[in-house]
Amino acid sequence: MADDITLITVKDLTKTYTTGSVQVLALKAVSLTIVKGEFLAIMGASGSGKSTFMNIIGCLDSPTSGTYFMEGKDVLTQDRDELAALRNKKLGFVFQSFNLLPRTSAQENVELPLLYNNTVAAADREQKAIAALQSVGLGDRLAAMPNELSGGQQQRVAIARALVNEPIIVMADEPTGNLDSKTSYEIMEIFQKLNDKGITIVMVTHEPDIAQFAKTNIIFKDGRIIANEQVASRKNATEELQLIAKLSDEKSTT
Amino acid sequence: MNLINLCRIAYRSLNRNKLRSFLTMLGIIIGVASVIAMLAIGEGSNQTIQKSIASLGTNSIFIYPGTNTNGGVRGGAGSNQTLKLEDADAIAAHCDLVKYVTPIVQRRSQLIYGPKNWNSMIMGIRNDYLLIRSLSVVKGSVFTEVDQRTAAKVCLVGVTVVFNLFGDEDFNPIGEIIRINSIPVKIVGVLAKMGQNTFGQDQDDIVLAPFFTVQKRMMISTDHIGSILASGKSELQVVDAVDQITGLLREKHKIAPSDDLDFTVRTQSEISNIFGSITKVMTILLASIAGISLLVGGIGIMNIMLVSVTERTREIGIRMAIGARGRDVLLQFVIESILISVVGGIIGIAVGILASKTVAIFGGWPVVITATSIALSFGFSSAIGLFFGWYPARKAAALNPIDALRYE
Repeated sequence: MADDITLITVKDLTKTYTTGSVQVLALKAVSLTIVKGEFLAIMGASGSGKSTFMNIIGCLDSPTSGTYFMEGKDVLTQDRDELAALRNKKLGFVFQSFNLLPRTSAQENVELPLLYNNTVAAADREQKAIAALQSVGLGDRLAAMPNELSGGQQQRVAIARALVNEPIIVMADEPTGNLDSKTSYEIMEIFQKLNDKGITIVMVTHEPDIAQFAKTNIIFKDGRIIANEQVASRKNATEELQLIAKLSDEKSTT
Repeated sequence: MNLINLCRIAYRSLNRNKLRSFLTMLGIIIGVASVIAMLAIGEGSNQTIQKSIASLGTNSIFIYPGTNTNGGVRGGAGSNQTLKLEDADAIAAHCDLVKYVTPIVQRRSQLIYGPKNWNSMIMGIRNDYLLIRSLSVVKGSVFTEVDQRTAAKVCLVGVTVVFNLFGDEDFNPIGEIIRINSIPVKIVGVLAKMGQNTFGQDQDDIVLAPFFTVQKRMMISTDHIGSILASGKSELQVVDAVDQITGLLREKHKIAPSDDLDFTVRTQSEISNIFGSITKVMTILLASIAGISLLVGGIGIMNIMLVSVTERTREIGIRMAIGARGRDVLLQFVIESILISVVGGIIGIAVGILASKTVAIFGGWPVVITATSIALSFGFSSAIGLFFGWYPARKAAALNPIDALRYE
């Protein structure tokens, strides 16, 4: 069973921020195992350490102490270049504020990770980027600039960018934070489909209804995991969207 | 990371921010162009001054008669007639530091050719004069030894004289007979055009004839000569040559060590000393202009580079999050800086040359564009552009990706 393969193991992760003479403990000995094919939603109030935790497992930040293994390999002993290669090939990032390069077309934004990937031939680049954009439903907006796209569309470009190097994990930091609920559901629909294909998804969110689309919910408080439970009644984004469509149809006909 | 991809990334990045790229480039263009134009104009003036000093003749030594005092009234330099032909011959014979020497007699005379006439300076000289003054003959030939010895009725004329007597500068007057003070004289050569000297005097308005021709046939007094022109063997020996000449003439004129000399010896170096100080001022001026232009240009480049890289810290964060290594980011910025510096530098060189030429054409000012000024401005601007493109990028690339991403 794919569910049994351990992808990420972190043990006793701590992170301390020093601001002047004040030391803030953002993470206090966090341990967690993420299996392949997981769809994890990390919840918690702001300042609870959830984002810090995700930045560390996303190799964007380094912990103060602890251990971190990905696919059995020690991540924390790798140098900056090896981590960059890891982010490029194994991880995909989706941010709350999209973080697309401005004045750069959707296609060029999606091509960007491929330019940093030596194993992709120049000839394949364009076709891969187009395929990634098509998979998020933006096949007709290849040349659009970010400012010509809606928030949901920008986030889908960002997801296409995260997917283009065929990662094993997609890390999403409040991906729906700047979006309305219908658009949020559309993003969740994409995530659930990706997850069905076997891509592990780690998502930070503070919206409980969004967390219901995940398989597992983790709750952070004061730098510790206080809850780690399977989602009992997992929502299906496609069904939810159909429901919304039906509701608005009724509204417009009456 | 392959370089072609990075060049593509850098090119896209520049192309995406055309205004920013252009402004950055503008800093380099103006820096380079202003240095080139300033130095070209300055160097042009400098060389013009130097050339007109040099056109007086190199290593030249001028010997004039002393002053004449009559009843307490002192005449100016050369008012006395104390120099004789034998003085010139003695200098030629005894002063071993002197290379060339010629006696000079001169007077203004009316020249007549057919219906036309013209007043010009007639100089009686030996052929050494041409060597000391670096004069050459474009048509015909110089005087022969026989011409000199026999006071032959031959002359060399400047182009101004040709124009005024024959109506056309390009007329070939060789073999024509003109009358100088009613004496028929055959033109045997035309002097190369010299143009105006430093003081605006037309150096082509001149007739040269063998020394004896002028002294014996055209002068009232045949005893004395106007002046002597000599040249030292080298620039370093001019001062010693002057001492030799002074000592020789003092002895020949029997002047006691306590008495005033009845002649004056001046050298080219004394004249050029005056101009030397002008040149020195010019050099300091040029260096200051170049320095200030480079500084202003450099600060402009530095500012825009610092600002543009700092405001792109977030972009650097995004790039690192999706897998760019520190050196990929760094290399991208260096390539961008190189592109901007090289393209800006080349445009700057073109603009600088164009501006210099414009000044030359419309301002009538001589300009000299030196390779040094191009190399200096281009090298300096590129170095500044590169450093201030590289330095902030290196700082950003050394951040944790998350810190760069969160940078405001």
